[in-house]
Amino acid sequence: MSNAVEPRGLSKIGLQINGWLVYLFFYAPIVLLVIFSFSDSRNVGKWGGFTLGWYEQFIDSSNARNALENSIKIAIVVTIISVILGTMSALALERFTFKGKRVFDALLYLPIIIPDVTMAVMLLLFFGEFFEILDNLFGLQLRKGFWSISISHIAFNISFVSVVVRARLAGMSRDLEEAAVDLYASRWKAFRHVTFPQILPGIAGGALLAMTLSLDDVVITQFVAGPGWTTLPVYVFGLIRKGVTPLINSISVIMLVSSMLLVGLSLLAERTRRGG
Amino acid sequence: MRKRKHTDHVVEVATPEFEKAAQKKESRRGLLMALPSYLYLILFFVIPLGIVLIYSFATRNRFGGTDLSGWNLESYERIAEPIVRTILFRSLWLAILTTVICLVIAYPFAYYLSTRKPTIRNVMLVFVMIPFWTNFLVRNYAWRVILGNDGPFTKVTEFFGLGTHELLFSQKAVVLGLVYGYLPFMILPLYAAIERIDGQLLEASRDLYGNGWQSFKNVLLPLSMPGVIAGSILVFVPSLGAYVTPEILGGAKTTLLGSYIVTQFLTARNWPFGAALSFVLMAVMLLMTIIYFRKGGRTL
Repeated sequence: MSNAVEPRGLSKIGLQINGWLVYLFFYAPIVLLVIFSFSDSRNVGKWGGFTLGWYEQFIDSSNARNALENSIKIAIVVTIISVILGTMSALALERFTFKGKRVFDALLYLPIIIPDVTMAVMLLLFFGEFFEILDNLFGLQLRKGFWSISISHIAFNISFVSVVVRARLAGMSRDLEEAAVDLYASRWKAFRHVTFPQILPGIAGGALLAMTLSLDDVVITQFVAGPGWTTLPVYVFGLIRKGVTPLINSISVIMLVSSMLLVGLSLLAERTRRGG
Repeated sequence: MRKRKHTDHVVEVATPEFEKAAQKKESRRGLLMALPSYLYLILFFVIPLGIVLIYSFATRNRFGGTDLSGWNLESYERIAEPIVRTILFRSLWLAILTTVICLVIAYPFAYYLSTRKPTIRNVMLVFVMIPFWTNFLVRNYAWRVILGNDGPFTKVTEFFGLGTHELLFSQKAVVLGLVYGYLPFMILPLYAAIERIDGQLLEASRDLYGNGWQSFKNVLLPLSMPGVIAGSILVFVPSLGAYVTPEILGGAKTTLLGSYIVTQFLTARNWPFGAALSFVLMAVMLLMTIIYFRKGGRTL
């Protein structure tokens, strides 16, 4: 499907140079960060000989380890719930007609387009009021932390998962599902044996997106995290604001590697999606 | 399409009543499947949005708390104050600048991408997707390291005899961080739009003795406009609400709207004003998104 006209002469060289510069721009900072995370210097951007000291410091830092543990726990819970709810909404929107469908469709887009800061503010005020009501009504003393963060992440991730799964469903022919139903399979059986295996790559892609977004979020989490209970990005963000230290380099590289692993997995899911 | 439904093993005749009942059942099933997410979003999205709206009309009391009684428009009126206006225009200016820079870099790149062989193109696309998926905070922090005191950037400028430049904590650094963060958002829709153009049209314009600039201006650009609009909005919208980038790469003189809103909540404790600002920000985004769907379509 190569269709654009092959550029010639000077414009070809210009386009090539621009291409290489874009990749240099994308990857040089990442490579430099990885290099400096092994540097034995107190200055974050200076080479002072090889060391693994900053990684050891990360392992020794109980605050950082706790934050990482929190991040992982939240990401797992968020991914599971968002995938279930997101997939159900995708199926409802692509395969059924029902009352209020258009409103639901529009509502589902909102968390994607709303600015992080606005969503953070919304949830901050919401949890403030909500906890106060619970306290007044039932004398429940709730504190912000695991659940407030998870609930917030799910609130935006349902939309992202459903967009990914819907894209998969939209590109899928209904013939097989209908054939199964015509052959007296119940709707549930048709779903389990025909639809589900086909949309599985989409669900996997959605799950990885949800997990990545949950692991990356700073702004919203910062607003709904309680004192002494944060995730890794919020912890790192706090450290950066206090002043940069090489410890941040090593934590950053760990975060970088884990998100790259997730991208690798999602590309693999993409490949099976195309192949299957 | 589905004229007959065999929900049980008895074949029923498709009378109009049967059809209607089946349709009703389907509708109920659909609603039932959407319901959990529907309720979830109403509880944790619509209600919070309503609370922000209410707060934006409330008054801040002397203790930094918020009085919900006595609604007024004070917070919205404050937006006209010189300090707030400066921040608004600065955010707008930097977001526009970021968008234009991204467009200038991404357009030739996307075009180049569309001229490559499919196999090479896919590899190139993957290497655009990777930064798109990597942690945003970390990617901004990397620039902090590079631009920092005695860091690689200073080394390079010194090497070329340009002397030491202080880029960190300036507006330039913020724009750099934003371009770095959102460039993939521009490349991908542009590529999607350019890839779809029929190359024969470009060839025809060349055959008719149009020069490169003419065929770009009269053929390529108009046809790729949906991608330009989609990419511009995808870059402009998050740049306008940016919070992390200016916090990490910007300084005291580069307060942007996002940081300003956060300050209202975390330090200044003027919640009604912060709520009003975030509502205005959201309205701008919604407007842009509506334009996106009407003009750009769903190119992503």
